[in-house]
Amino acid sequence: MSPSPEHDYTGGAVEDGALNLKETELRLGLPGSESPDRDDKVGITLELLSPKSFVSGAKRVFCDAIDAGSAKWGFSAGEAGSEVDKGKGSVLFTPKGEGSAGGKPPGLGRVGNDAAASGQVGNSGKSHREVAPAAKAQVVGWPPIRSYRKNTMATNPPKYKEDVDGKLGLGCLYVKVSMEGAPYLRKVDLKTYKDYRELSSALEKMFSCFTIGQCNSQGIPSRDGLSESRLMDLLNGSEYVLTYEDKDGDWMLVGDVPWEMFTDSCKRLRIMKGSDAIGLGKFRQTEILNNLQSELLKGSDAIGLAPRAMEKCKSRN
Amino acid sequence: MVGGFRWAAMFPDEVWEHVFSFLPADADRNAAALVCRAWYRIERRSRWRVFVGNCYAVEPAAAVRRFPEVRAAAIKGKPHFADFNLVPSDWGGGAEAWVEAMAEGWPHLEELRLKRMVVSDDCLELIARCFKNFKVLSLVSCEGFSTAGLAAIAANCRNLRELDLHENEVEDNCLHWMSHFPESFASLVTLNIACLEGEVNVSVLERLIGRCPNLKTLRLNHSVPLERLVGLLHRVPQLVDLGTGKFAAQHHPELFSKLESAIAGCKNLKSLSGFWEAGPTYLPAIYSVCEGLTSLNLSYATLQGPELIKLISRCKNLQRLWVMDLIEDDGLIAVAASCKLLQELRVFPSDPYGAAQPISLTEHGLVAISAGCPMLHSVLYFCRQMTNAALLTVAKNCPNFTCFRLCIMEPHTPDYITRQPLDAGFSAIVESCKHLRRLSLSGLLTDLVFKSIGASANCLEMLSVAFAGDGDAGLHYILSGCKNLRKLEIRDCPFGDKPLLDNAAKLETMRSLWMSSCSVTLGACRQLARKMPLLNVEVINERKRGLPLELQPDNCPVEKLYIYRTVAGPRSDTPSCVWILR
Repeated sequence: MSPSPEHDYTGGAVEDGALNLKETELRLGLPGSESPDRDDKVGITLELLSPKSFVSGAKRVFCDAIDAGSAKWGFSAGEAGSEVDKGKGSVLFTPKGEGSAGGKPPGLGRVGNDAAASGQVGNSGKSHREVAPAAKAQVVGWPPIRSYRKNTMATNPPKYKEDVDGKLGLGCLYVKVSMEGAPYLRKVDLKTYKDYRELSSALEKMFSCFTIGQCNSQGIPSRDGLSESRLMDLLNGSEYVLTYEDKDGDWMLVGDVPWEMFTDSCKRLRIMKGSDAIGLGKFRQTEILNNLQSELLKGSDAIGLAPRAMEKCKSRN
Repeated sequence: MVGGFRWAAMFPDEVWEHVFSFLPADADRNAAALVCRAWYRIERRSRWRVFVGNCYAVEPAAAVRRFPEVRAAAIKGKPHFADFNLVPSDWGGGAEAWVEAMAEGWPHLEELRLKRMVVSDDCLELIARCFKNFKVLSLVSCEGFSTAGLAAIAANCRNLRELDLHENEVEDNCLHWMSHFPESFASLVTLNIACLEGEVNVSVLERLIGRCPNLKTLRLNHSVPLERLVGLLHRVPQLVDLGTGKFAAQHHPELFSKLESAIAGCKNLKSLSGFWEAGPTYLPAIYSVCEGLTSLNLSYATLQGPELIKLISRCKNLQRLWVMDLIEDDGLIAVAASCKLLQELRVFPSDPYGAAQPISLTEHGLVAISAGCPMLHSVLYFCRQMTNAALLTVAKNCPNFTCFRLCIMEPHTPDYITRQPLDAGFSAIVESCKHLRRLSLSGLLTDLVFKSIGASANCLEMLSVAFAGDGDAGLHYILSGCKNLRKLEIRDCPFGDKPLLDNAAKLETMRSLWMSSCSVTLGACRQLARKMPLLNVEVINERKRGLPLELQPDNCPVEKLYIYRTVAGPRSDTPSCVWILR
């Protein structure tokens, strides 16, 4: 059973290369069976959601979250840009962009591409403002504009003469990231990452000095305090979970929705201790999901996550 | 020095101290201190202001020991490129070591100014507790503290005159920090909280400023609504410098006239900033004070050209203008016609990543300003196109530039008419502007421009280079020329080992050198570190693949390099991605 191509939460036709709803589809697969070409996948495709709802809803484990070998933050292991190790772990739901080799999302992620995409999403059929022709990768720190200015402009974008909704992609999307126990918070620009993997990798680097408490009084980690393997040990038990506050003010687990959807709705991030995030993970069940869960739990190590998303989706319908 | 003792003893120490107090610059005092032991002793005991351009250049305890009577200290931390996210977030620049040493040795400290440093709440609490006569706290581009730290300052610094928070990252965890100023507290002269992101209790603020008769500068954050600005202004009609909060409001029939009269009531206003979300509706409320304005910062206001022109053409005495490129060439032509006293212009990009329609801000605007404003000496200009001809004209019109920073937003952009590199244009700038102290280059540039800079830029102290040059010669020209160069920062240029090693001695005459994404190898850095013991050679490799840096071969490329002179030796607070070579 292959997914219906018009399954588009924006309500319009979406071509390949633009925001692709296939990412929010739920698929069952045997462990290690991810492949770049989703169409070949054998298995049951469940379409729980009507085309109008926007979020995946069902419990969906972020790629490799249950990867026993190298779970960090509940995120996939490995450095940004590295190949996904297809053999590892039993991944149940894999959005198209995440599990595929090379981790290349469907044509989106970089600033230039985002600009192109934003022209299409939600505006199918409506002629949008001309968009910059070349979709370039954004160079770090160029043009040389201070972070403070970028942040301020991101929350107050200029209104152009013909730009009706004023929602101009300013090429950066700063959100605050706080962590329990850390003396101060940081900001990250979501537009500099193209997928969850890159984000998690960057956050690890940023916050690793706080997790093991090997900082001196300045909050700066001492040299011998930290190594990646130690961090992995600490986080192996998924002690930390990454959550975000979305546009509606709800706190959700990161990783539920396709990357682009996440960057559109994420207002701030918080790294919580796993135990505190259990509330978020509380599973509100419906008939369908009951059945689904029992199906899925046969022979897998699935951990249920993201029922809040399901709640929201239901209330929307 | 034979005879040195004798003539120094001709006058009592106090006389020499008094003489030294007339020396304007630290460099002059440094020179006096080298004359003889007596002068060294007298000078160090009478220096009360120190500036530390690189917090790692000297041990805090050593600085405190040498100058025991310091009342005012200014310290800078991270390299400038940290502003653009090129420096790892955990690189360093922590303030604690300095604050602790100062608390120990300078209990009478009155002023502390920190820039690009990591300042914790603990630091702020220490400052609040230890300096009984603390008067001025200025934090610029710092991070690491929260409003809880500010509460400690408010509660304890009984004589605080200035609280100047400029573009810091401040965590908001103490909503009522301003309530910690005691009721008896009335000494504020400057309050700048523009960078705070949280809600401000405007009633508390009103009471606070109402009891500070000497308040001259008040810069609000964007949470303060326009309606409340009226009430605030009525309490401080003596204000000289105002940063508005949000400059937009729901339609409110009387608000405009109330605002207009409140602003008109501030007869001493010289500087305006803020203007978040400003629109054409309320802007005319400030027309009455325009004639007296010397400084106007509209760089966060997304106003269009016509509104900007209407406003700025009334500001006949403007000396400093910061604005967004939405002003366009036409707007700058109007500025050139109206603001004949203009000294500093900064034009920021409203859309740096080019996703929107192009703005009509080109080289013509810059040329118009250079022609119309004879006192112009400082420019920061973001644009998308430039020509050599325009730069030649600007150079001819403005030989008095002290600071020229041009950012053509697309790297490697040539002269769009001739398709030539912009070497000729920038060369004209450095040859004409004999007092140029700061220069930032952009566009397509070959080694030729560096030849001109090395030869002509004799006053240049800071140079920023990106995506320029052909090879080693470019860097060699700079390092072998530019005799007053203090700070050099380079990114994405094909400069390699040879010019660094050939000009190693030059690096000791400079404050710092930053090079990232160039062609420097680890071997050269090792050699440099061995040769120059008074330099810290910091290699920053964030990718951390494979072997640790100590085991990497000499030909291993260096991602980022930060070299600075120091008498403190290698620092002990490096993160895992930074290696100091010895």
